[in-house]
Amino acid sequence: MTKTMDSQYDAIVVGAGHNGLVCSALLAKAGKRVLVLEANDQVGGAAVTREFADGYSVSACAHLLYQLQPEVRKELKLATRLASEDMTTIALAEDGNHLRIKTNSVEGVSDEDAEQYRSFRKRMARFSGLLRKYFNKTPPRLGTRDFKDLMTLGQLGLDVRMLGKAEMEAFLRLIFMNIHDEVTERFESPLLRGAISLDAVLGTHLGPRSPNTMMTYLYRMAGDLGRTGVPVGGMGSVSNQLAHAARAAGATIRTGIPVKRIIIENGRATGVETESGERFDSLMIISNADPKTTLMKLIGAKHAETGFARRVSHLRAKGNAAKLHLALDGLPTIEGLSKKDYAERLVIAPDEHYVERAFNPAKYGESSPNPVIEMTFPSFRDETLAPTGKHVMSAVVQYAPYALKGGWGDEAKAAFMKAIVYTLSKYMSDLEQRITASELLTPADIEREFHMTGGHWHHAELALDQFLFVRPVNGAAQYRLPIDGVYLCGAGAHPGGGVSGAAGRNAARTILNREKAA
Amino acid sequence: MTIVQGPVRDPVHQGPLKTPFYPRVEKLDIVNQWHEWKGYSSPDALYCADLEYFAIRNGTAVFDLSPMTKYRITGPDALEYLNRLMTRDMAKIKPGRVAYAVWCDDQGQVIDDGTIFHLREGEYRLCCQERHFSWFQAATLGFDVSVVHETEEIAGLAVQGPTSFSVLNTMGLDGLDQLKPFGLTYFDFQGTELMVSRTGFTADLGYELWIDPGKALELWDALFEAGEEYKIRAIGTHALELARIEAGYLAPYAEFLPCDETIRTGRSRSPIELGLEWLVDFKKPNFNGRRALAEEKRNGSTWRLVKLDIAGNKPAHDSYIFPTAKGKGEIGFVTSATWSPVCKKNIAMGTVRTPHGKPGDTVWVEVYYQREMHWNREMAKATVVDKPFWFPPRRGATPPGPY
Repeated sequence: MTKTMDSQYDAIVVGAGHNGLVCSALLAKAGKRVLVLEANDQVGGAAVTREFADGYSVSACAHLLYQLQPEVRKELKLATRLASEDMTTIALAEDGNHLRIKTNSVEGVSDEDAEQYRSFRKRMARFSGLLRKYFNKTPPRLGTRDFKDLMTLGQLGLDVRMLGKAEMEAFLRLIFMNIHDEVTERFESPLLRGAISLDAVLGTHLGPRSPNTMMTYLYRMAGDLGRTGVPVGGMGSVSNQLAHAARAAGATIRTGIPVKRIIIENGRATGVETESGERFDSLMIISNADPKTTLMKLIGAKHAETGFARRVSHLRAKGNAAKLHLALDGLPTIEGLSKKDYAERLVIAPDEHYVERAFNPAKYGESSPNPVIEMTFPSFRDETLAPTGKHVMSAVVQYAPYALKGGWGDEAKAAFMKAIVYTLSKYMSDLEQRITASELLTPADIEREFHMTGGHWHHAELALDQFLFVRPVNGAAQYRLPIDGVYLCGAGAHPGGGVSGAAGRNAARTILNREKAA
Repeated sequence: MTIVQGPVRDPVHQGPLKTPFYPRVEKLDIVNQWHEWKGYSSPDALYCADLEYFAIRNGTAVFDLSPMTKYRITGPDALEYLNRLMTRDMAKIKPGRVAYAVWCDDQGQVIDDGTIFHLREGEYRLCCQERHFSWFQAATLGFDVSVVHETEEIAGLAVQGPTSFSVLNTMGLDGLDQLKPFGLTYFDFQGTELMVSRTGFTADLGYELWIDPGKALELWDALFEAGEEYKIRAIGTHALELARIEAGYLAPYAEFLPCDETIRTGRSRSPIELGLEWLVDFKKPNFNGRRALAEEKRNGSTWRLVKLDIAGNKPAHDSYIFPTAKGKGEIGFVTSATWSPVCKKNIAMGTVRTPHGKPGDTVWVEVYYQREMHWNREMAKATVVDKPFWFPPRRGATPPGPY
């Protein structure tokens, strides 16, 4: 191992995912000497734009921006240019009678449903507003007498109480519930039920009837009430802006340098060693990697205590969402859509049962024969992504279980691809002949390419037992691992995944506050 | 009603298990008092608990400890694994040595205590009262080590008392005189390997014998034949319990609860609170409970284990402990108590809140006793002592005396 000269940093951030970049930018702004080491050649982690076929580029993993926290935008002075914003979700119907779902209204349903949707979204907005407040706070530790912990906990209780008696009861009832029960109680339109169910389960290993899918729905809304947008140049442009902000603040970002391990000496972190054997010293290592990778691979479970290592090893992090990229020689025909609708978000989830049935095989390690799909045509408003006249489709396809029985070999991938094209073709009969190239990333591919355990967007399943005070696990929910000098700043930490920057910002604030207190 | 005979299956064992020595122990049993010990039948007493106790102190007592939970720990990382698991520095325990050890959860609370036998280089056996496979298995994460539960694969006998060396010497275990306390060695016994360790639960001269269950009865017979002129006696748990309290050794469910069995906070104990700080080595960079124990060292402990020398002769079973004779403001309670025949003292162990219970302190225990149905209450003065009640020179003498 060669020891590099001048390798003393105040902090080393492992991984330049969007959270790692937010964290390093904020630390650098506070005057810290920060080094960011990224394994891939590009910054951004899962928030990147990549060319997947000659002349065709796409947001390679995350493709919709809906949670970027205003605090992050403000503090880092981000000016994100959006190609599409406040997108309408069009729930596709085979017969062309699609629904147009907006933030607070829906077209194409009965008056009763339209009214129910308004009141549903009003309540969800209130609840998600409450969640959002806590997304930008370090969750309190339970069972301590620490003043700050007690204050935050007390404030949370108070905030829930301030909803009013009826709404507090509704909140406490709903937060544990599944989305299926709520949508079937409220709505008669199968398409509306399906589209809302899809929003609740996207990116998780959950079906509409799985517990706590109301919470995952609220989670999705906790950015900008779930309003989606597509950045110009794809998601990579957001990461590039973040990297620019970090560099401008003085952080050093180096790409193509995979970190092999976090060096623990005498029970504390003292630096990192790269795959090439280079060593960088720092008494503060902030991991943007997921909690399992951080502890089991980078640190080594033996450096933690048994109870903690066991909890981390039991983290549920098995992705179930695949990413599909199609290069098209023209827009496919979808009956009932006007030209400008191609700038919106299209979903295939005909009803709530369809979504649950799509999930069923995934429980037993099989991919969905009739998958649920969320798609956009980002090239429609952004000509940088495809040659003139040609287009790109970017789609999230569920369910594609990480631990597919027999593994994700070429044959399994081809079979799943066939199921996807078959499903899509029901809505766009000329799709198949328009495809000139394609890329399908299964959770296994996502794990390999973006270095996230299980290929899970959230680094660890979004579930109440891995949420808030216990995210990722009890003993590490305050961005600090119980190993001196190691911090978490990624999606596996509170609040979770999505291009929100909340985890990175909270981690930076926790670190800076601790220093102030010391 | 017709009863249909189902398919004949291998019989599933029902009821308590019998140890490999059961046929011999049962033959000596007169009082027929047994209890269950981790699935096995174990005798409370065989003929008279008091007389069995005197076999420990005056002759040779044989106790069947086969039900003791045993784990075999092997692999390249065995030492490193144990060092993370245990609070003490296991690197100091060389092959052929035995260590008393305690292990904690992440909160620095005691899960259990036990003895670790360094059988051969990198090969260990851990003996304890409770079962801990799940915890030990979880602790293997990140280590190249194997943990195997081997309770059933080894039969064990405790051979304790002043004449125990003479008995084993007569049995033909040449060279045993050189074995020091907490040492272990191997002999050939009728073609089978016999492991002998100078360990025990009595704080007296004594050994523990470990052998393949297939040779258990032969070992028993050889032992009792050799011991005939040295007053060898089989004993039950009651006699051993008396000796344990005299020795000041801890027992789970008496002096502490395994912390994974507690629900309420404050009902578990740390090693420091149990007087086992000498087993906690903060020089090790990481072990289970280190962070919490370091914090406890900084902030002070809540509880303290005390050994009490109590006035009078009424055992202070389950008594509350008070700072003054007035019996107000309880500071703790007794966890084990007995009249010690060999010390001629009324002794007990207990747990009190700090800062009470420093060696030399006087405390008061509330002793209840029954006389002809009527209950009497007595506040008995007690002195906190820091040495074991019974720790005779013969326990440590090498070579041991030919009693």
